[in-house]
Amino acid sequence: MTDRPAQAYPELSWLPDPLPTWAAELAAEVPPEQGWQHLIALAAWRLGGLATVRLDRRLQRLFGDGPPPDLSTRPVRLAVLASSTVDHLLPALRVAALRRGLWLTTYVCDYGQYRHELLDPGSALHAFRPTAILFALDSHHLAGSFRVDESASAADKRLDRLVDDLASLWSKARASFGCAILHQMALPVFPVLLGNAEHRLAGSPAAAIAALNQRLRLRADSQGVDIVALDSRAAQDGIRAWHDPVLWHRAKQELHPLAAPVYGDLVSRLLAAQQGRSFKCLVLDLDNTLWGGVIGDDGLEGISLGQGSALGEAYAAFQRYVLDLSKRGIILAVCSKNDEANGLEPFDKHPEMLLRRSDIACFAINWSDKVANIRYIAERLNIGLDALVFADDNPFERNLVRRDLPMVAVPELPEDPALYAECIASAGYFESGQPTEEDLDRTRQYQANAEREELRGATTDLESYLRSLDMEMRWRRFDAIGQSRIVQLINKTNQFNLTTRRSSDDEVAALSTDDRALTLQIRLVDQFGDNGVIAIVTGRDGRPGDIVLDTWLMSCRVLGRQVEEATLNLVAAEARRLGASRLIGEYIPSAKNAMVRDHYAKLGFALLEDGGEGVTRWVLPLDSFAPRPTFIRSVGG
Amino acid sequence: MDQAQVAAQLSEILGEVLDEPGLVLTPETTAADVAHWDSMTNITFVVEVESRFGIKFKTAEIEEMRNVGDMIAMIREKLAR
Repeated sequence: MTDRPAQAYPELSWLPDPLPTWAAELAAEVPPEQGWQHLIALAAWRLGGLATVRLDRRLQRLFGDGPPPDLSTRPVRLAVLASSTVDHLLPALRVAALRRGLWLTTYVCDYGQYRHELLDPGSALHAFRPTAILFALDSHHLAGSFRVDESASAADKRLDRLVDDLASLWSKARASFGCAILHQMALPVFPVLLGNAEHRLAGSPAAAIAALNQRLRLRADSQGVDIVALDSRAAQDGIRAWHDPVLWHRAKQELHPLAAPVYGDLVSRLLAAQQGRSFKCLVLDLDNTLWGGVIGDDGLEGISLGQGSALGEAYAAFQRYVLDLSKRGIILAVCSKNDEANGLEPFDKHPEMLLRRSDIACFAINWSDKVANIRYIAERLNIGLDALVFADDNPFERNLVRRDLPMVAVPELPEDPALYAECIASAGYFESGQPTEEDLDRTRQYQANAEREELRGATTDLESYLRSLDMEMRWRRFDAIGQSRIVQLINKTNQFNLTTRRSSDDEVAALSTDDRALTLQIRLVDQFGDNGVIAIVTGRDGRPGDIVLDTWLMSCRVLGRQVEEATLNLVAAEARRLGASRLIGEYIPSAKNAMVRDHYAKLGFALLEDGGEGVTRWVLPLDSFAPRPTFIRSVGG
Repeated sequence: MDQAQVAAQLSEILGEVLDEPGLVLTPETTAADVAHWDSMTNITFVVEVESRFGIKFKTAEIEEMRNVGDMIAMIREKLAR
């Protein structure tokens, strides 16, 4: 079994994969005053064991002797009291602390000497003056005194003595250093002797470790000791992900080096919580995050939520998780690109919606960019940006927020909503020692303070972000390959749709073979992948020299990325190719498309006529048209 | 993968582990020949080798390795299986 590869080791699964430039940035020289922030940014990725070691090496070179002068957190001096090899875990402890803005220095007691060092005031441990102590005792050490052939009551007494002994070490440590105490649960590394009924063999190593963990939890609670729940994590990942008997025999490493990054994170999130640095608020996107589909386009009946489909149930399960988070004291906020009325409708009217308006402390539903909206949420709730977690299915939004607001935690949500809750849970954002009474009423408190108000203008530096996205628009005229997606978009898109004209399969097919028609299907590809077909434009001959744009629609997912301007450039070029000298645009209002009322005005069209009932027609002369500058390349064919 | 290719990959990996870009391993190299290649480093190295090549060494195999050449031979044998 151990001869086979492909063991899945625990991963920092909630963080994005490092960019290809990670190693170059690690090596880059930065001014000393930016060194700490530079290193924090390098830590915010799904780093493996070796990358963690390399980052730690840089960290030690720059800040091994002491924290940066302007550190906003309390420096942590962590002593690890271990009974086997833990040196391979130290880089990951320091890097995980770095990820949370903590400066951490470590001390490891001499091999197997933890008891002696604790009791001897002249020891190196005492000279180290720890601010936190982690008991990291391995299971072989802890189970060593049990005997398989002893009676259940004898094993029970042995267990009592062991727990008492450990608790006395906690007390001793606290009395000596007055510091935080962490105790790492024993890993279930032992093979069973009985099997399913192992618990009936109280003296077996496997049974002893299970019983010990249970008792230690209770005792730790009564003594204010924080638990590092390695056993729970191993149950989730499988013990083989955490413990390799080969390495145990070779190097007395109970924990696998490749599990170190997650181990470090488990410990450092507790250290951060001890300083009050855990996240307090979960900011949620709406479309394809809390429900499946786009409320503005699909409507109340069209979104996937709740009973009736596996997808709908997955979103409901995620809402259940979010609701439970709020019940234990996490504040909820909403940040969504939608018309406000559309975004709020499910909260008020959808029968399967578990989250209600009263569960949300602050809504920011509008078409401004999300960075500005997240700033607004932090201000309204009067909490720091570094207390926010932002959950959004859209990689574009996630990366924009990561880039402009690096202090906001942005989980790399998996594509399947069934896995959203697990992703957020495994990140440990909301770690806190104990839930408090006031936690339970927190959303109401915050909501009372935060009423919605108008957003100020956006101040985000979008331009450099857009440039960095490396966007490419790939366009084709209508064709048989694109047919079904084109028909779907024409008949489904409600919000960014100038005329809301629907077309049948046959009508679209006829357009694709009409050489005189202007037809465009446009994909957008960027550094995060292919967004699929996101815009459709059709036009036909009007008066001589005119092309009348019957349809112009776009997916709201790509708003704010200059797709409108780049599309206009394409439309103008195609119209010219067809011999036109003017473009005629039309806006027909509907219940849902108010967002594009000024579309043509924004693109430099002049108002041609007012058609009554809100209908407007617009004109753009092509002879004087110069393509709009954008950060999007366009590629035809 | 031939011997030279495996050796080149091993050189790259150990270079990253020791922060010595450009480090070159030959089949005759032993841990004693490379500064800072201690037992702790060696475990990081072996684990990383296993993960990059998608293989796993047995306890006995690791004990049998005397130099880089032994390791290359074992890797090639496992990859060929």
